[in-house]
Amino acid sequence: MKYILKKLFALIITLLIISFLAFLAFSIIPGDPTAKILGMDASQEQIAALRSELGLARPVLVRYWEWLTNFLRGDFGTSYDYNLPVGQMLADKLPVTAALTLISFVFTVVLAIPLGILAGSVRNQALDHIITAVDQIFMSIPQFFIGIIMCFVLGLTFRLFTPGAFVSYTQSWPKFLYYLLFPALSIAIPRIAMTVKMLRGSIKSELERDYVRTARSRGNTRRAILGRHVVRNAMIPVITFLAISMAEIMTGTIVVEQVFTVPGIGRLLISSISSRDFPVVQAIVVMMAAWIVLVNFLADVINQLVDPRIRLQ
Amino acid sequence: MKTKKIRSAKWNSFTYIGGTLAAVLTLLAVVSIFWTPYDPTAIDAMAKLAPPSAQHWLGTDNLGRDVFSRIMDGLGTSFLIAVSVVAIGCIMGILIGSLCGYYGGVADAILTRVCDTITAFPAMLLALVIISVIGGGQYNIILALGILFIPSFARIVRTEFIRVRNLNYIQSARLMGVGDIRIMVCHILPNTIPVLLPAITIGFNNAVLSEASMSFLGIGIKPPQASLGSMLSDAQSYLRNAPWYALSTGCAVALLILGFSLLGEGLQRSGRRN
Amino acid sequence: MKKRILAVFLVLAMLACLLCACGEATTEATGSSDETTASSGEPQVTGGERESANEIIVGIPQDLDSLDPYQMGTAGTREVLFNVFEGLVKLSSDGSYVDAVAASHSVSEDGLTYTFTLRDGVLFHNGETVTTEDVLYSFETCAASTVNESVAAALSAAQITAEGNDIVITLAEPNSDFLAYVSNAYITPADYTDQGTAPVGTGPFRFVSYSVQESFVMEKNPDYYGTPAYLDKVTFKIFDSTEAELMALDAGSIDLCAHLQYDQISTLNNGYTVLDSTMNLAVALYLNNGVAPFDNQLVRQALCWAIDVDEVMAFATGGQGVKIGSSMFPNFTKYFDPSLADHYGYDVEKAKELLAEAGYPDGFSFTITYASEYEHPYGDMAAVIQQQLAEVGITVELEPIEWASWYTDVYQGREFESTLVGFDTSVLTASGMLQRWTSNADKNMINYSNADYDAAFAAAQASQDDAEQTELYKQCLEILSDTAANVYIQDLAEYVVIHPSLEGYEFYPLYILDMSTVRYT
Repeated sequence: MKYILKKLFALIITLLIISFLAFLAFSIIPGDPTAKILGMDASQEQIAALRSELGLARPVLVRYWEWLTNFLRGDFGTSYDYNLPVGQMLADKLPVTAALTLISFVFTVVLAIPLGILAGSVRNQALDHIITAVDQIFMSIPQFFIGIIMCFVLGLTFRLFTPGAFVSYTQSWPKFLYYLLFPALSIAIPRIAMTVKMLRGSIKSELERDYVRTARSRGNTRRAILGRHVVRNAMIPVITFLAISMAEIMTGTIVVEQVFTVPGIGRLLISSISSRDFPVVQAIVVMMAAWIVLVNFLADVINQLVDPRIRLQ
Repeated sequence: MKTKKIRSAKWNSFTYIGGTLAAVLTLLAVVSIFWTPYDPTAIDAMAKLAPPSAQHWLGTDNLGRDVFSRIMDGLGTSFLIAVSVVAIGCIMGILIGSLCGYYGGVADAILTRVCDTITAFPAMLLALVIISVIGGGQYNIILALGILFIPSFARIVRTEFIRVRNLNYIQSARLMGVGDIRIMVCHILPNTIPVLLPAITIGFNNAVLSEASMSFLGIGIKPPQASLGSMLSDAQSYLRNAPWYALSTGCAVALLILGFSLLGEGLQRSGRRN
Repeated sequence: MKKRILAVFLVLAMLACLLCACGEATTEATGSSDETTASSGEPQVTGGERESANEIIVGIPQDLDSLDPYQMGTAGTREVLFNVFEGLVKLSSDGSYVDAVAASHSVSEDGLTYTFTLRDGVLFHNGETVTTEDVLYSFETCAASTVNESVAAALSAAQITAEGNDIVITLAEPNSDFLAYVSNAYITPADYTDQGTAPVGTGPFRFVSYSVQESFVMEKNPDYYGTPAYLDKVTFKIFDSTEAELMALDAGSIDLCAHLQYDQISTLNNGYTVLDSTMNLAVALYLNNGVAPFDNQLVRQALCWAIDVDEVMAFATGGQGVKIGSSMFPNFTKYFDPSLADHYGYDVEKAKELLAEAGYPDGFSFTITYASEYEHPYGDMAAVIQQQLAEVGITVELEPIEWASWYTDVYQGREFESTLVGFDTSVLTASGMLQRWTSNADKNMINYSNADYDAAFAAAQASQDDAEQTELYKQCLEILSDTAANVYIQDLAEYVVIHPSLEGYEFYPLYILDMSTVRYT
């Protein structure tokens, strides 16, 4: 409990620091937003009026506090480009990216664990080499290229789906989820390969431990030992790895949403970056950072629950 | 004895295949500085989106530019960026890691904490944030990724320094009155090479991938400078009529990453064996 | 050991073969779809689903910039919201203005007083009845807006009063374009402030939902006073490139797609109907006359001689469309002067001479900015121009940027050297195309400043004689061409591709996607 509380405290501090950095990066460094909002021909009075309306004249810390409390209340400001509340824009996109992340994660867990155990228990050397080689290849293909191959092979050739024909969840949930299967798989494939590699290594090193030899000498079958002890122990680092994968998967959505033209948080982020729509970028970056910190915290907690040895460290 | 032999064969084959692949691609990138089969920016009205042929090995793009030449050029850009990024990350990482590891103390505690936090975030995301504030382009990408790659190198070097600093031969060197700097550079640093080499290949791969991703998203390298990422993003538009354009460009990125990751894997295994 | 290496190689080879096999199989598959009609059967299945629901999905290649009728700046936004908003009069497809929210209108003999009689019982989409108060509010808001400058200027100069059920507008001087401006003053409910998120108008369709980068949905307005729309629901699906749009079109997941080019429709084979016209755009390499070296007329002229427009068109648009030579598009036959198209030929020597005379014997370098959404044709045009200018020693850098930043930085901020884009007009008048190049115009993105031009334009505006006015406008076009304000290229050929069971699509001489006439057969 003490461990968790300590981690929770660190979590809150980290979040505060991140939010402050994000505030600095997007509210202070880019300079005066009045030029962007009013355009070139604005008069001095207009600029002064907007500056006082935006409260730009007050100290940084006061502005940060105000920004933070607004942020926590769900008021993320107004987009420069669309003149819409950022909160509303994000609320539209969040379910899409959340669904995409979740489906990818399910793919990763469901496919990587059996494959990893299988790869870890292989004894044939030639087969082991092939597995390692294939694994390495899948790890090396960038997600966006997997996405493009998928559009080409599954989309254009086998016509399993139409690249670009995303259906919103407001229209049809089944069609929405079906379309997301393909981008989700593109994100998941390199993650699966990495998890398999990790689990395989973990099982291999676990198999070399003394207790396996002891169990063997007692007459247990290899399969029984694998199922009863080895896999369980080998899973401990993998669980942490999977939890952290959630962060990587979310980064993957940024790129893959672009490939499959999925209108999610990632595409909004990219277009906002290129059009310098800072309120949108800021809100998305803070949310993504918070998500990553949270996932890491959960990984720590899970890790500590399954493996009490960590508490001693 | 048999198992030992196999293991040595394994790392050899990884290093061998990866090294060959990496060497071939490096060669292409270096050659592209002096020579490419065609001028990578020369457009040709008669050969728009031509399929692969004897003249154009990998076909042509939407403006009739030779895809193979452009891939060579793009590999050059990838290399330039990745090498610069790794150089910045590695040199600064060694500097910070060695000082932290050797002296320890409050500065070490704080820096380690910062490094841990930074490495918890995917490099791509942080790079996007930096690029969105300072703007895109080749030098900004090198700067952003370079800074982001410092912590991972610093961590590795620091761990190694802590391990070695308390070994007997260092202690005795210190008793003999050898200066700190000399101990660090001559006695400890060489020990970090076996762990640094795989880290460099991994860093190289991450840099290639990050640059390609950002250029693919249109916020990295700006045209007309060739970049595999932005080429792939162009090529995606022509997937219906010219699939070879996207496939060959994508394969170039994948092979580059595969080559160096196999090399890294091989180096790591040989390091572990020693 | 050798065996192991061999094994790994074999695996790699196998994977390579697999990839190749996939590639071959697909090229065959796409090739064979030419002869069979099987592929065209598929879209009809999905279309049938929408046909029974009486709805269609329309692809648009760029996002909307605002839903507020007085904030929208781009043609791509106006063409969509044309279905939701109406003025007292509205444009019809033959180019004339017909009564909309007004039941009738009349003009006094001296051309100074316009009287509009409000149509009885016109309902806003929120159920309220349109009153003269709403009309006055709308005119005021429109006059105060900055986006549509010529409309705002014309309205602010007029005296607008309500007399019973009539709106009476008194002008200081006659203006033959005035009805066009009135059509752009969209009627909205007085003091309604949520236009940006939930637009309310009087048009044949009413707003349902809008999601950034995703879609704009509207449904039939059941209370519409005029001919009601045939379709119950129209979804405008936003794509980030025309290519993505084409892919969806080819697969039958969208039913209508406008503004397509020749080489794009030539790759389609899904049995859709293709309609053709021109886009009514003046596409040019617009030069920022306010920055060096383009502040020098000789340099601009040199550029005109150094760029082979025919080759640019051959490359970028398959030679389709019409050369323009000045800021006017060919469908506007009244003002379009075809002879200007060949005012400059392609002459490298002449270009070099002019450059030398201007003090740039060794050329210079500059940047062409364009919106990355319009890689085709603008990016393609830019690449050809880059090559052509290299011949005279000019180095060109290409800078594709997002449409949104193009709009704020280049169009509004004027921070550019040159840009490739097409200009249309929001009101169907010559001044709609020409007013923007007067020295003080807010929209004068290129900082063009020419006293002769300003004088000719002012004279044309003041003129009451139609023939004289036309002559003066044509004179403006000539000045633009003579002084090489920009390197004019062409008006693009436009194709509209629609689902075979749809009919009734009408072309407008403006950038408009009128959905009210589209119906299933």
